[in-house]
Amino acid sequence: MGTKTILIADDSRAMRAMLTSTLEALDDCRIVEASSGFEAMRLLPREKVDLVLTDINMPDINGLELISYMRNNPNYQDIPIIIISTEGSQKDIERGKLLGANDYVVKPFDPATLQELLQKYLNRA
Amino acid sequence: MSDSSASVSKAVKDFLMEAEEITDLLGSELADLADAAESGDLNPDLVNSIFRGAHSLKGLAGMFGFAAIAELSHNMENLLDCLRLGKLNLDQPLIAVLFQAHELLTSLVRSVAEGATAAHSADLAACITKINALLAPPEEQVGVSPLSQLGLSERIQDALTEYEEHRLQDNLSRGRSIYIIHTSFDLSTFDQELARISDQLKTYGEVISVLPSVGGNMETHIDFDILFGTTRQSDDLERLVENDAVTVTRLGKATPPTAPPPPVSPQPPRHAATPAASPAHDAVAAPAPALPGPVPVVGDDAAQTAKSMSRTVRVDIGKLDELMNIVGELVLAHSSISGVATRMRTEGFSRMAVELGKATKALERKLTDLQKGVMEIRMIPVGQLYEKMSRIVRKISREQGKKVELKFHGADTELDKLIVEDISDPMMHIIRNAIDHGIEAPERRLALGKDEKGTIRISSYQKGNHVVIEVEDDGGGIDIERVKAKAQQKGFVQDIGGVSDKEALDFIFLPGFSTNDKVNEVSGRGVGMDVVRNNIAAVSGMVDIETVAGKGTRFIITLPITLAIIKALIIASSGRTYAIPISSVLESLLLTEKDIRTVERKEVIQLRETTLPLLGLDAFFGIERRGERHGEFYVVVVGVAEKRLGIVVDDLLGQQDIVIKSLGEVFRRFRGISGAADLGDQRTILVLDVGGMVNEAMRSGN
Repeated sequence: MGTKTILIADDSRAMRAMLTSTLEALDDCRIVEASSGFEAMRLLPREKVDLVLTDINMPDINGLELISYMRNNPNYQDIPIIIISTEGSQKDIERGKLLGANDYVVKPFDPATLQELLQKYLNRA
Repeated sequence: MSDSSASVSKAVKDFLMEAEEITDLLGSELADLADAAESGDLNPDLVNSIFRGAHSLKGLAGMFGFAAIAELSHNMENLLDCLRLGKLNLDQPLIAVLFQAHELLTSLVRSVAEGATAAHSADLAACITKINALLAPPEEQVGVSPLSQLGLSERIQDALTEYEEHRLQDNLSRGRSIYIIHTSFDLSTFDQELARISDQLKTYGEVISVLPSVGGNMETHIDFDILFGTTRQSDDLERLVENDAVTVTRLGKATPPTAPPPPVSPQPPRHAATPAASPAHDAVAAPAPALPGPVPVVGDDAAQTAKSMSRTVRVDIGKLDELMNIVGELVLAHSSISGVATRMRTEGFSRMAVELGKATKALERKLTDLQKGVMEIRMIPVGQLYEKMSRIVRKISREQGKKVELKFHGADTELDKLIVEDISDPMMHIIRNAIDHGIEAPERRLALGKDEKGTIRISSYQKGNHVVIEVEDDGGGIDIERVKAKAQQKGFVQDIGGVSDKEALDFIFLPGFSTNDKVNEVSGRGVGMDVVRNNIAAVSGMVDIETVAGKGTRFIITLPITLAIIKALIIASSGRTYAIPISSVLESLLLTEKDIRTVERKEVIQLRETTLPLLGLDAFFGIERRGERHGEFYVVVVGVAEKRLGIVVDDLLGQQDIVIKSLGEVFRRFRGISGAADLGDQRTILVLDVGGMVNEAMRSGN
């Protein structure tokens, strides 16, 4: 199957570090980090991304805008997108799913749950 | 996260670093918010940014298992959400609660940093109760959203967050027109281009949302739809952005729900002002009567530009300390090699001694460079403290009903990071005092013919090996007669008549002295000026006061530039060896017994025009004097700020770079010692705290 590339878009350095160390436990995974929506958009054409994990609340382009962009762009519309959200942001999660996000996790989550979820989408791809 | 592996502690460090960043930013933004509430010019971007801060902290604290921080920031977030969605008005009680919550949040984060499991639970519960009392009851949205009449395309509408929807509605309710500005940028530069165009637009109104979209040339370009609210006409907007490949489309209130689709052409057309000019477009000219001339617009100065490429690296100060210690040890190793070279020369290995001497010289030069380099990394501009100060000033002056302006000079003066951290609290205390006791109430200032607004000026500048920070207010000054009376009443002095004004000011720094009998919330936190002096002395600094009745008070803090590696004069006294930081040494004199005079049972010498008090180290430390002083001896003249003192020593052993190591809390109460240093030949000696000794000598001299 080859190495899978996961793009993490989150403006929190500590969250990215934690997500990276969680995902590195998965087999054959390469992590690409973006600290903003813009950075994610710039990385998408450069990296062959297999899955996107995105925060909603980011400066410049937020997660919803990123999802909308990806789903409207034929190059990225099939890449699975998982939202990382926070308790109490139900409305934004709903919108994200409406825009075409595949799944979501709510902070605080158990790293194992995220690993399982990702594995599911990566295997499917 | 319950396992305690190394990775966890790294994770906690990551968390702390970011949590501190967020709380710092929240603090200054809250101060801005309070200012905005006063001036009535509230920028929605600011409220949203504060909300985002609380939101991020909630998620972060939740993930890392800090429940109290997560809970408090969650409640703050709720409150801020209501504020940004217009469900609450920005008023004083709300700001007060936000400040209180922020303060608690900061101390919660700090207790994580200190590894303390401090129980703030009572404070936490109280704060959350206050927040909940302000929270608006959840209201269900009724009726049709006016947004549906805008004719926003589904693609754009769906991607709006709840907040963006609210901003859209708010703009409409202010009678602004909503435009969609469609642009297309090259993939490689889109963020700068977008930031530039957003900044331009912000001078005319509010950028509500920026939605990336796909244009005809998606391999090389990214298109954007900018949702923009303004009172301007589309002509104005087109002129504003005329150099860009944009299309400006106005959305109408009464338009049927078919907005003109964003153009999808390989080369976006220029100024296709109203593509598919819907009849509705013309019909909606009415809702926003354009005001003539530039309109003051909210959000015009919020230059929320894209993150610039940063060329800085954040480093844990602990790592720099380690590096500094290694450099220090290298310096010591160099000293011993150099000692060997000298011995070889005297013992006749002359050729090898010369070669070794050359090599050590070369090593020394590189070591100096290395030391300088590491030192420079530790240096940060004093200005980093100022933001914190201005927050405090705004907060306290608001609480006290006083008007205070804070002015800064020399913010780029650099100091060792650790010193900057350690003087933060004492400076804060001095500033609190200045507002509390110094600056008069506005009415009183007006009556005195002063500007209603008081000024606190913080200036910093380098003076030789020291950095001077002055905190100056233009308040009422210190009432010296009251200070004297108090000192006598407290029994600090028997005969107040013989005390000069300058000496009297020194009483303020004595433990247990406070000119204000009434303990108040601002200055009376059970912390006196003695703590301020001690904290400053702990980093080998000094504090002086100058005051003029009716005109104001100036605190002058003199600090060494760094504490890490210093040049020291090594001296011997009563068979013991000590180090005196060279930065405090003014000169050394060789004297004989007959040069000493005794005035009021104190030994002094005449040094040019002045009388210099002498201090024997044995007497100071209460050590039994070994051998009588006979014949010649040395006096090392030391000075900090304006004060001078002669330290009597038996011998001068030379100059050396030393690394000062702290002796820890236990030894803190020993006056006159700032730490210990290793001389490189397995000998450990004490480093004299000149500032502390000078103070002590002056005090006992009175």
